[in-house]
Amino acid sequence: MNAPALSRRSLLLQGGALVVGFSLSARDALAQQTFAPVATIGFSKPIATDQVDSFLALGADGRVTIFSGKVDLGTGVQTAMAQIAAEELDLPLDRVAVVQGDTALTPDQGPTYGSLSIQKGGMEIRQAAATARARLLQLASERLGLPADALLSENGVVRPRAGGQGIDYADLVKDGRLDLKVDPAAKTKDSTAFTLVGKSVARIDIPEKVTGRFTYMQDHRVPGMVHARVVRPPAIGASLESVDEASVADVPSLIKVVRQGNFLAVVTEKEWAAVKAAERLKATWSKWEGLPERDKLWQHVRATKVTKDDVTSSTGDARAALGQAARTLEASYDFAIHTHGSIGPSCAIAEFKDGRLTCWTASQMTHALRKQLAAMTGLEPEAVRCIYIEGSGCYGRNGHEDAAGDAVLLARAVGRPVRVQWSRADEHGWDPKGPPTLIDLKAGLDEEGRVAAWSSQFHVPEGAAGNVPLVAADLAGLPHETTMSPGNIIQNSALPYAIPNVRTVCHRLASTPFRPSWIRTPGRMQNTYANEAFLDECAAAAGADPLEYRLRALKDPRGIEVLKRVAEIAKWQARPSPVRDVSGDVLRGRGISYVKYELNRTYVAGVAEIEVERGTGRVRVPRFFVVQDCGQIINPDGVRNQIDGNVIQTVSRVLMEEVMFDRGAVTSLDWASYPIITFPDVPEVVTDLIDRPSEKPWGAGEPSAAIVPSAISNALYDATGVRLRSVPFTPAKVKAALQAT
Amino acid sequence: MAQEMSLDVNGHAARVAVDDPETPLLYVLRDDLGLHGPRFGCGLGQCGSCTVHIDGRAVRSCIMPVSGLKPGAKIVTLEGLGGPDKLHPVQAAFIKEQAAQCGYCINGMIMQSAALLNETPKPDEATIRQALAQNLCRCGTHQRIVRAVQRAAGTL
Repeated sequence: MNAPALSRRSLLLQGGALVVGFSLSARDALAQQTFAPVATIGFSKPIATDQVDSFLALGADGRVTIFSGKVDLGTGVQTAMAQIAAEELDLPLDRVAVVQGDTALTPDQGPTYGSLSIQKGGMEIRQAAATARARLLQLASERLGLPADALLSENGVVRPRAGGQGIDYADLVKDGRLDLKVDPAAKTKDSTAFTLVGKSVARIDIPEKVTGRFTYMQDHRVPGMVHARVVRPPAIGASLESVDEASVADVPSLIKVVRQGNFLAVVTEKEWAAVKAAERLKATWSKWEGLPERDKLWQHVRATKVTKDDVTSSTGDARAALGQAARTLEASYDFAIHTHGSIGPSCAIAEFKDGRLTCWTASQMTHALRKQLAAMTGLEPEAVRCIYIEGSGCYGRNGHEDAAGDAVLLARAVGRPVRVQWSRADEHGWDPKGPPTLIDLKAGLDEEGRVAAWSSQFHVPEGAAGNVPLVAADLAGLPHETTMSPGNIIQNSALPYAIPNVRTVCHRLASTPFRPSWIRTPGRMQNTYANEAFLDECAAAAGADPLEYRLRALKDPRGIEVLKRVAEIAKWQARPSPVRDVSGDVLRGRGISYVKYELNRTYVAGVAEIEVERGTGRVRVPRFFVVQDCGQIINPDGVRNQIDGNVIQTVSRVLMEEVMFDRGAVTSLDWASYPIITFPDVPEVVTDLIDRPSEKPWGAGEPSAAIVPSAISNALYDATGVRLRSVPFTPAKVKAALQAT
Repeated sequence: MAQEMSLDVNGHAARVAVDDPETPLLYVLRDDLGLHGPRFGCGLGQCGSCTVHIDGRAVRSCIMPVSGLKPGAKIVTLEGLGGPDKLHPVQAAFIKEQAAQCGYCINGMIMQSAALLNETPKPDEATIRQALAQNLCRCGTHQRIVRAVQRAAGTL
């Protein structure tokens, strides 16, 4: 692997111009690492998405800084962005630094979600860099008196192709500014000339992360900063009736008990004091039991008011074709309420100074958060700056933004910079949840066993991928959104197969038990689970091999290729499911699954191998095979790392995860009550990538989660002859299902 | 009333003022000594992200009261295990295997593995997985972490 030098960047403000400075020595890196890059508001760097200078700055020392609105959530996109820019600008990788998610410095490229960082954000940076490179060639052409096509750029220098002295980029653009619009027609580098894109470059951040030199959000400190812990209501909708401040009067370094509406928190000089004070603070809350009974969750979902129907596909006449089918099947699938499960609970710092608010946050959407914080405080958005600092991985919209809201409310209340660190219970209890998903399916098979009709109904909350209301604003009665934002969860409710009569409908529900948001692969994971497991039921009913059955209904050559390749690497043996002998103590099987992400991009196929202990119902997934085609790959090792993680996280979701709650609140508030997969049970993930350098890059981080639940359900059926239709497939559920046969 | 304590951290004597003897070592290391290696993950000893070495043993610093430290106990954090100029073999192996995603858990993974290799220099894969069973990773970097430990042990 090519290892980029350990690089840190500092941003200084000098005479109204943004100066981008760098230091390379380890000593400097250590000295600087306590403070993330901070520049003062008020300089003239543009952030509009049509300006080249919004995306990059050429340093006087020959280095380039990329300004990315998309942020690295631990996925490695920072390194990939540097690769893209270095490639396009003909620079060595160690001369490119990346600034991410700072509303004063980086363009608003949309939230970092939906597997769009490279596909959208990276391509915007590529286009800006290509525009910049064309301008550099033009400037050199004027200086050297040679036509631009007689010049080439290499290693940060433009020089004549015929040889001779070249000019450094820094000399061509003296003050580092290009004052240029991004040219959508600027020619980007041909993939045959790539030297960095498509290579497994080592990640920029890993050396610091493995030596304790990295500054996470949780490590960041601001001069004069104090600490806070929030005290959430014991039931979600409970009202705060009284607070006994005397109960914490003896806590050393206590600054203030802050109460605003139902928002309650303690602020102290020392962090541990805040933990103690939050624990000891006596408060009385009203009774609230607004949640459904957990063991009647699916009846509750089914009974929830439908506000509209989204018909996501309609071909032929599914109803009529079902009536004429040789055979019909019907099943319901459900997928439990899940949490994000970040290892580090959310954390943020806020500071008010001279009428302006600065918030340091691990938010995946700093530009959107800025607007939320402005609405909450009554400040103009221009007076609010959000600065991204990487936190613990979030896998969707977790509590990062809410911690920011808490910090802002508290910083205003005490007049000092406040750092809010959520507890484990705060994160498990109060991060927004992946909503419960219930899916009813019907299929009609023709005489040959092919699917002639397909009809499905998804019961999912209304809303899309907007701003999730901030907990602090809600509790304190400050302005906030009142709509739900569960993510674009109707995606992949329609099928990627050519079936003559199809109708897929999403019943959008007026409410869902917990404040919803997107967990990784929102909707696509739950919907593909039902679709691909039910399709397997059809294959079994037809007595067909599950792979062959899919290939028969698939017309897309890239889809066919991923399926065939995964069958090859998994040594798939063609036969119908289940296996002949389902009588042993340990049952083994395999299941296959396929997705075309959002029906318009990344293709993934997977095969799960599973083992089931008949006596206990315990399921293990020893191996999982994945083939992914996400078009042009920027960093193959990075994509593999993402797929490993996505598969392992989803195996965990499928086998064990479920948010527990009583009538008032979440009760699974730690890792004992909401367990996730641990080392002894983690599968071996075997990945094969199809790289298409001449194609556009598509999302790489999310799609593979979509195929995991169905592959496991299908493998379970293959092993046991029993169909599991309720995630998680806990030992109790599996054992009960096995005993029922 | 704050109590002055002397701690041996990464080979240096550090004096800290602790106003509550129950204060977990984690808070002293992070807030008083400004260290970034040990991380707050759960405060319950369930996830392992706060792991440090005390006299060579892997300890969960989030549930270790600072007053419970034996006098002269040698505390080593991820920073003290090795740095950019002199990586510990486990750290070097984690870089080689690119064994991190968000990396929040990685402190615990490295500290736990380094302690394992001190006692069992050539563990097999099952032993490594068992030794790390109480260290949680959410990004799903497990396979690379296991490979990194195998690499550090010279058994890859």
